[in-house]
Amino acid sequence: MPFWAEITVTVFLVIAGVFGLVGSYGLLRLPDPMTRIHAPTKATTLGVGGVLIASMVYGFGATGELSTRELLITLFLFLTSPISALFIAKVHLHLRQKRESLPEPEPDTGWASYTAQGPSRGVRDIPPQPPSERVLPERSR
Amino acid sequence: MIAAALTFAIACFSLGLVLTLWRLIKGPRHSDRILALDTMVINAIALLILLGIWLGTSIFFEVSLLFALVGFVSTVSYCRFLLRGDIIE
Repeated sequence: MPFWAEITVTVFLVIAGVFGLVGSYGLLRLPDPMTRIHAPTKATTLGVGGVLIASMVYGFGATGELSTRELLITLFLFLTSPISALFIAKVHLHLRQKRESLPEPEPDTGWASYTAQGPSRGVRDIPPQPPSERVLPERSR
Repeated sequence: MIAAALTFAIACFSLGLVLTLWRLIKGPRHSDRILALDTMVINAIALLILLGIWLGTSIFFEVSLLFALVGFVSTVSYCRFLLRGDIIE
């Protein structure tokens, strides 16, 4: 394996390890759920991305041919991590926040988590308010 | 040199796995637990790719791709269950 490939693989592995550790440590240390969503994005982008780049360079240095399957994993993670972060934030809003404690969105829209027909049938750890006090925007279904 | 860096990276991601496990056990809310599971999947993917470099095989890419897929689907379905009480309506 050429020397430049060894240097590149080492640098990317060290960067990836540090950022993966920072992401998980942030998940443990940050104070409230909305800030905790922020921390593991480091592990997703720079951690796994660095490991995948190191793997690509290592494979190129070892066999001489460039494999692109690693890019597929990176692409998949980059596509899916915002969606799961959005869903986790929605779960937090839905289970822990009351409708009144959130800022008002645009006049003709509502918070998507509250515009559905009534509370969910799932787990709810703040008791739902009686239907007369809930202000739901009108939606044509 | 690569072996030392590999050991360092594997140690970092394993420690990260332990930290997310701590958050999974401690996590006061449902959203924290889902987030901890999601981060555990990310750490496991990184560990699998590092294991692939360590052993010199490329079979672990397919494994980690499947891990990413299953992790995403499980996160979304858990969130859907908490949000709507149903996964597929």
